[in-house]
Parts: sequence; C-alpha cells; structure tokens
Amino acid sequence: MKMGDEACKRALIELLYQLADDDFILAYRGSEWLGLAPHIEEDVAFSSISQDTMGHAAMFYQLLTDLGEGDVDQLAHARPSKERKNAILLEFVNGPGHYLSKPRYDWAFAVVRNYFYIQAKKIKMESLKNSSYEPLANVALKVNIELYYHLMHWRTWFVQLMNADQTARNRMETALTRAFADFDGVLSLGSFGVEMARYQLIEPEEMLKKKWEAYMQPVFDSVNLTMPVDFGKKSGDGRAGEHTADLDRALTILGEVYFEDPAAIW
Amino acid sequence: MSNVIFSNQLTDDEKYAHFMKRIEAGEKIEADDWMPDDYRLTLIKLISMHGISEIMGALPEKEWVPKAPSLKRKLGIMAKVQDEMGHGQLLLRVAEDLMKPLGKTREDIMADLFSGRLKFHNVFHMEAPTWGDAGLIGWLVDGAAIISQTNMLNASYGPYARALKRICAEEVFHAQHGEAIIMALAEGRKEQREMVQDAINRWWEALLMFFGPQDASTTGTSKQDITIKYRIRTKTNEQLRQDFFSKYIPRVRSLGLTLPDETMHYDEKQQKWVYQQPDWNRFKDIIKNNGPKSKDRLELRQTTYTENQWVRDALERSDSIG
Repeated sequence: MKMGDEACKRALIELLYQLADDDFILAYRGSEWLGLAPHIEEDVAFSSISQDTMGHAAMFYQLLTDLGEGDVDQLAHARPSKERKNAILLEFVNGPGHYLSKPRYDWAFAVVRNYFYIQAKKIKMESLKNSSYEPLANVALKVNIELYYHLMHWRTWFVQLMNADQTARNRMETALTRAFADFDGVLSLGSFGVEMARYQLIEPEEMLKKKWEAYMQPVFDSVNLTMPVDFGKKSGDGRAGEHTADLDRALTILGEVYFEDPAAIW
Repeated sequence: MSNVIFSNQLTDDEKYAHFMKRIEAGEKIEADDWMPDDYRLTLIKLISMHGISEIMGALPEKEWVPKAPSLKRKLGIMAKVQDEMGHGQLLLRVAEDLMKPLGKTREDIMADLFSGRLKFHNVFHMEAPTWGDAGLIGWLVDGAAIISQTNMLNASYGPYARALKRICAEEVFHAQHGEAIIMALAEGRKEQREMVQDAINRWWEALLMFFGPQDASTTGTSKQDITIKYRIRTKTNEQLRQDFFSKYIPRVRSLGLTLPDETMHYDEKQQKWVYQQPDWNRFKDIIKNNGPKSKDRLELRQTTYTENQWVRDALERSDSIG
C-alpha cells in the first residue's frame, strides 16, 4: 500500500474502525451473557470466545493508534455512537432485561447472530491475510487461527438447535428472521468499500457476500433452511454511523469507570 | 480381580480400617474405591459448595467485566472470570462422580442451590459496588482462596487434589491481576486511593469470615475435625486465617492503606495476630442466603436457568434421537 495516498489511508482507517467496532460491541454482548448461558460448560466456552473477540478488537484499535487515530482506550471507550462503524445487528440487546437484573436473554438469537457473524468475520480474515497493508495482514493471520474454533462452536449449536424439537426450531426461526433483516449491515463495507477493494485492502463486498453464501449453503441445506435472495439493513446503516439506543446504553456501561477520569491510569 | 473378590469378603469395619490405613499412608482414594459414607458425604458437600461458589463468584465480578476501565483491564477480568467458571465446571464434575452412587446429578446440585440447601461462600453474598471492589476481590479474596486451597492440595481424595493443583496455579494469576489493579489505584489520584480504602473497609469483615469460625463453639457446627481426620485438609480455620494475615497485612500497610480494625497487631509472645472477631451470627445469617446480595444473585441464576430450560430440553431430545 502506498501510505502517501490519502484516499487509500482513509479507506484503510474506515475498514479498521468497522473491524474494531464490530468485535468490541459483540464481545460486550457476549460478556453480558457471563454466568447466564444454558449450562456451565457453555459459560466457559462462550466467555473464552468473548475474551478472544475483545482481544481482536484491541488489536484493530491498536492498528488505528499506529495510524495516528489516538489512544486505544479513547478509541474504544470515548467515541460517541454516531462515530461508531459497527453493524447494527451486533449492537442489539441480548433480550429483555439487564445483564445484572432479570435478564430474559434469547439463546437462539445469540447462536444465530454469533454464527453468522463469525462466518463473515472468518471470510474477511481470509481475505485480509492478503491485504496490501501488511500490519493488517499480520493481525488477520493471528485472528483467523482462533476463529476456526469459534466457528466450529457456533455451527454445532446452530445445527443442533435447528434439528431439535419444534420449540427450538420455532425460536431459531424467529431469530433467523431478525438476523436476516439486518445482516446486510454485517456484510457491508460501507461507502468506502470500492476504495478498499481498489487499494487491495480487502476483496470487494460482493465477493465476500458470495463466499458467505457459499459457505452457508450446505449448512442451510442440512437443516432445511432456504437462503434468502437478499438480506436487509432494516434498522439502518451502522457503517455510516447510524445506530440504535441499544448502542448508547451499551457505551454508557462500557465507559462508566473510564469516564470517571479518562486521564487517570487504571 | 483377586483384590476385588477379597474386598467383597471384608466386613465394613475391616474395609474402614483398610481405608484409614491407606489415607494415613498418603495414598489417594479414587472415585470407584470403597469409602465410608461420611467421607463421601463430606466430600460431596465440600466440593459441591466449592464448585458452586466458583460459579456464584463470577456474579459479583460480572458487573465489572464490561465496565473495566481499559481494554487491558477488560481482557484481564474476562480471562479471570472465565477461569473461575472453568474451576466451577471442573469441581462439579468431581462432585458428580461422588454423587453417582447416590443417584444424584448436577440437576440436584442446582436444585439444592436454589432451595438454599447448598450454600455458597460468604464472600459471594457481598456487594461489589465499585471498580475498587473488583480489584480487591482478585487480590484478597483470591489470595485467601489460594491459602485455603493450598491447604488441601494433598487431600486424600485424588480427583479433588488434582483439580486443586490446576485451580491453585490459575488463582496465582488472579491474585496478580487483582494486585495490579489495586497497585494502580493505590498509586493513583486521591479518588482512586479512596476507592481502594473503601473497598478494604467494606470487605474486611467478610475476609475474616472467609476461613470460617475458629471452632464449633462459635457457630454450633464445624466440619474441620472430620476433614482433618480424613486427611482432606491439614490446618485449622484459625491457622489459615493467621497465614492470611501474615501474608497480606504487611502488603496492605505498605500501600499506605489501613485496616478497619485498630486493635489488629502481631503479638510476639503468642506468635499470632490479635484481631477483633467478626460477628459470627451475621456470618450464619449471610450463608443462609440473607446477605446483602444473596437474593439478587440467586434470582439472577434462577431466572436464566428457567429462561434457558428450552435449550437443555432441546439438547436432551436431540441427544436421545442422535
């Protein structure tokens, strides 16, 4: 990559914000599940995955810091929601209630959201391994290794619950409807997508989307599920800084201690 | 094989004598070995309480996982709480094997937790209202846990002793994680130092209670004698508490922090720390699920257990089909 090229740098920064913010918010949603998963074995596995995901967010924020975007903790904690580039699907609450009080969280939604997202993330990392920006290619290589296990984990849950009893199937289908309605936001590279591909930072959005469908098709077939013709962006375009009140509430919690004194050493 | 036939011909008294001889010689008892009923029941109670405490112990820290003030601290506390859950899982597996001959399962452990029959550790009934508490739990609660668990590393029951080896190794990292948070706060701004001091004041009584009463005269019952007799542990509750003081009081003071007990001192003549006893009636009340956060945390656990029943049902059915 020619770092002197401002258009290229801008596309790169945009891409890094998407990657970092996606992982940061989903790791947060995962950490809200802590102690609340369907069984203890799952609590151990899910909290390990969330920890990895938060670690990935930290690596992407670090790349932004290296490009002069500011301190990692400021990037993670202090940016208001309108500056966030995460997909809206990833910011939705886990279900009604609060993570400390009367959480009526939806495991079917957790499984669908995580499975779909991790598959999309895996495809992006495969592509980023060949990114023209070498520091990003190096991070993608590390992240990709961990994703192998994350993907296996969520795929197992997905198939098992899709093939279980009618109650489970109904709950999964409700979750699928919600996920499909906003999944375009996850696959989207936003308004700088064309530049990202032009500078060979990542493959074009259309190609990533086709790959996602190709990976998912056999799994969908195995559980009698039809691939929708199109995915939606029903709740808005997160890549453009559009977000829901769910994100604002999450950011308040994530930054609660940080904001007591952003300049202090914690 | 001949050994099995031989042991089948023994009377219970002879089996008991053989069992005692084995544990006194330092041999390990395994899940399928013969063991006296009160040994089995003591272990089930001890290990299921330990396991469920690890799991309930994730809840006071849960609040602080997303709130941790930097990415580094977020990752640290996520790793720690995940370890605690892992310890809970490991210990419940050990307890489940012991419960098998009694026809009981993990469902019974959870039912006993919700009904209040199975108690969890006094410290996890307490409030953790600030980031200072999150640090203090890692530093002093985990520090106390290391002392109490190290005391059982040579437990006569092999599966428990082996689980504890792994747990203690990880707890050392937790105590370091907690100490790092506390050091940063203690060396920080005035508000940060106050945060730590408040946390110490708040947790002091619970930490004294951590190791349990000195003897049965304090609270009416104590399992110390039977666990020492059966070589599950070596030191008494009071010895452990004294070890905790010797290790941590100098560290607390070196950070410029004070203890909320002005009478606390080391008596050279008696070779022990002299301190004000906590209110042991309050202790009894706390572990009967009447602590400040007992009800909230049990409710959290129970809400989600009920909420996820459909998942466990689905898994059970798909297992029976598969």
